[in-house]
Amino acid sequence: MSATTKIVYRELDGHSPHFWRVLGGVALFVLAGLMSAFYMEHHGHHVTGMTNQVVWGMPHVFAVFLIVAASGALNIASIGSVFERGLYKPLARLSGLLALCLLAGGLTVLLLDLGRADRLIVAMTHYNFRSIFAWNVLLYSGFFGIVAAYLWTMMSRHGAPFYKPAAFAAFLWRLTLTTGTGSIFGFLVARDAYNAAIMAPMFIAMSFAYGKAIFMLIMVGVYTATGRPLGDVVVTRLQRLMGIVLAATLYFVLVQHLTNLYMEERRAVEAFILTGDTIHTFLFWVVQIGIGGIIPLVLLLHPRLGGSRSASVLASVLIIMGGLAQVYVIIIGGQTYPLTLFPGMEASSQFFDGVVNTYTPTLAEIVLGIGGMGIALALVLVACALLRFLPESLADEVIDPDHVAKIVDMADEAGNAEAAKA
Amino acid sequence: MTGLRLVLVMVVAALFGVLPALAGDGPFPTIPKGKGGKCVEDTQFMRRNHMDLLKHQRDETMREGIRTTEHGLQGCISCHAVQGADGKPVTIKSEEHFCNACHSYAGVSPDCFACHASVPPVGASPPGAVHGQGPTP
Amino acid sequence: MSENHSSDLATDRAHAVDRAGSCGCSGDSGVSRRGFVAGAGTLVTMTLATGVVLIAPAQSKPVDEPASPDVRWGLLVDTSKCEAGCSACVDACREEQGWEGHGRPEQNPQWIRKVDLKETATGRTFSLPVMCQHCTHPPCVDVCPTGASFKRADGIVLVDRHICIGCRYCMMACPYKARSFVHEDIENQKPHMPRGKGCVEACTLCVHRIDAGGVPACVEKCGGAGTGAMLFGDLNDPNAEISKRIATYATTQIRPDLKLNPGVFYQGL
Repeated sequence: MSATTKIVYRELDGHSPHFWRVLGGVALFVLAGLMSAFYMEHHGHHVTGMTNQVVWGMPHVFAVFLIVAASGALNIASIGSVFERGLYKPLARLSGLLALCLLAGGLTVLLLDLGRADRLIVAMTHYNFRSIFAWNVLLYSGFFGIVAAYLWTMMSRHGAPFYKPAAFAAFLWRLTLTTGTGSIFGFLVARDAYNAAIMAPMFIAMSFAYGKAIFMLIMVGVYTATGRPLGDVVVTRLQRLMGIVLAATLYFVLVQHLTNLYMEERRAVEAFILTGDTIHTFLFWVVQIGIGGIIPLVLLLHPRLGGSRSASVLASVLIIMGGLAQVYVIIIGGQTYPLTLFPGMEASSQFFDGVVNTYTPTLAEIVLGIGGMGIALALVLVACALLRFLPESLADEVIDPDHVAKIVDMADEAGNAEAAKA
Repeated sequence: MTGLRLVLVMVVAALFGVLPALAGDGPFPTIPKGKGGKCVEDTQFMRRNHMDLLKHQRDETMREGIRTTEHGLQGCISCHAVQGADGKPVTIKSEEHFCNACHSYAGVSPDCFACHASVPPVGASPPGAVHGQGPTP
Repeated sequence: MSENHSSDLATDRAHAVDRAGSCGCSGDSGVSRRGFVAGAGTLVTMTLATGVVLIAPAQSKPVDEPASPDVRWGLLVDTSKCEAGCSACVDACREEQGWEGHGRPEQNPQWIRKVDLKETATGRTFSLPVMCQHCTHPPCVDVCPTGASFKRADGIVLVDRHICIGCRYCMMACPYKARSFVHEDIENQKPHMPRGKGCVEACTLCVHRIDAGGVPACVEKCGGAGTGAMLFGDLNDPNAEISKRIATYATTQIRPDLKLNPGVFYQGL
């Protein structure tokens, strides 16, 4: 591949006032998030909307979203290395970096929400190996190590011999990691809304969609802001890929709900989510499926919008909104639906047995979650200013000098035309 | 310039505890005396190892249900309770509290009292009485 | 009346232990103290064995021995005796362990609660207490990342607050909603029950009483001010009243389909 050898990577200009303005803006979000965490830690969780009925709240929505997106962001690098698509190789460094930063942001939110965040050292030194949560701690730590090594093989002259093994390790590790994240919910036997093996593959599909949407936004954002060339080939490829993974996500959602609907004992919880009168029904149909599913699917796969930057950016924003709604419905919706302790009986008590729980997030926990996104973004910006993660140009003639993309596209079109004739 | 430097030196000195020392407390913490004459172990040993004893006892009690009390926190709290101005034992919030006397000085914050009571239970018989000794003032 | 008698004894014994604890100042009293407490335990066991039926006699293990894996502590609730308006067990627990609320019902801790039930098909109504079910295969213990949730040798499921990081995954995993998270600073904890902000907690089956040869506060109060619907004992001992009752009458556990084998049995559920 002659294409990949000519790529020149250059740091962002860390001395420009523009860079500092953006970084300063992001830092404000980080600061607000940290202050929220301190406020929650100081007063206790009673200043949040989380209760003994809904024990995981907004911080977990943001944290799970970011962690899932992190493993998805790595996939662009994997397509270049593991699946040998040369066009994606120039994007690999940013892809790996984004994966690390998103994971760091998500984990920070998760840790700062702990009842005893000061006991981080305990979480690092005491492991219960029957706990999928403990395994996730190891998976996250391993992810940092492996992706860092992977980046090193791409960015160091001495790393080349280890490039392939590192790429494969990173790819397998990220699949395992998202399986682990999905299984946090899949392994919950007691709750009707969870406890399904499909959670793990569904989370993997979700990660592809969220990760690529964030990647698209950052890439277009940085290249537009810095005036670096960004060609249609890259955008079109990512656009199509996002469309396909989004369709896969919707497919898993469909299968999950169909399976549950088929099981008599799960019908009540399905009715609660799909046809209830709570916020979850709105979030599911309007935000997750409509705004975050169908509309971006059209924007991404409509032939006339191919290569359209605004369509891609809009679709990415919508996918992120839909993704947050999806994680919200999974985490919060699953908890607000009452636990079934006594099948075939109507239960009531002073401790909210048999009633749909309410959850009203407070500002503190939302700000903490957004702070996590800020941490991820700030880390990306700083890293891009310090090291050579970004190609100087992603123009078509730079990343595809042999016009491979055009030839492939023309062949596709010819094939389509023939199929249409037949 | 010299004046500014002097101020700086004084601020730094204050930060490192020179001023509290000048205030008359002496360079060492004032440790309130316990009741009942004698600790469960030698004083020097306790100074170095009380945390390990407590941890060992806590794990045995918590995890295994061994209910011996030789090295339990409740014992420490009972014997080393410091009476406040109102005649009641002071809580960990007070600098006078036995644990705080050293821990503030050493800059080590014990995590025990986020959960454990830092004063003897109300109505508990004064430990000194068991041994036929009055509480040490 | 025999119940009251036994409860007095239990209180006396607790005091004895307290005194032993607080006087830990003279090194030479260790052996005699141990002997004294063990002796008190035997005395109580004998006294209880004479006539108490509802509150099963508990064997007081020697203080310096760990909980025995040969024992499996459990509860039996007779729903035909449990009355809907009665909350003696809940009140007793709250008083014993000190988990009073802070005026925010959804965030208040609730170690034990009374659940009123109506069978949808038949309209039959009844009431029962729900607390930590002390499962043989507790999901909270499985999911706990640090091992803070653990099961003692004698089947009592506890939270080790020393290594609980407050992640609340156990609360997500518990099918019985038996656990609570402490949402605010707490003061004036009971010396036998340290509790604090940011940790998860639940019914301990009054492990401090059991280790001293007593019975859980809820069972004691249910037998006194309540309706005598609760029975405590060793499920592994075929001669224990609880084992005999379970062997004689139809009983069930909550969500037996989950195969967690809770230590709390319900009669008439």
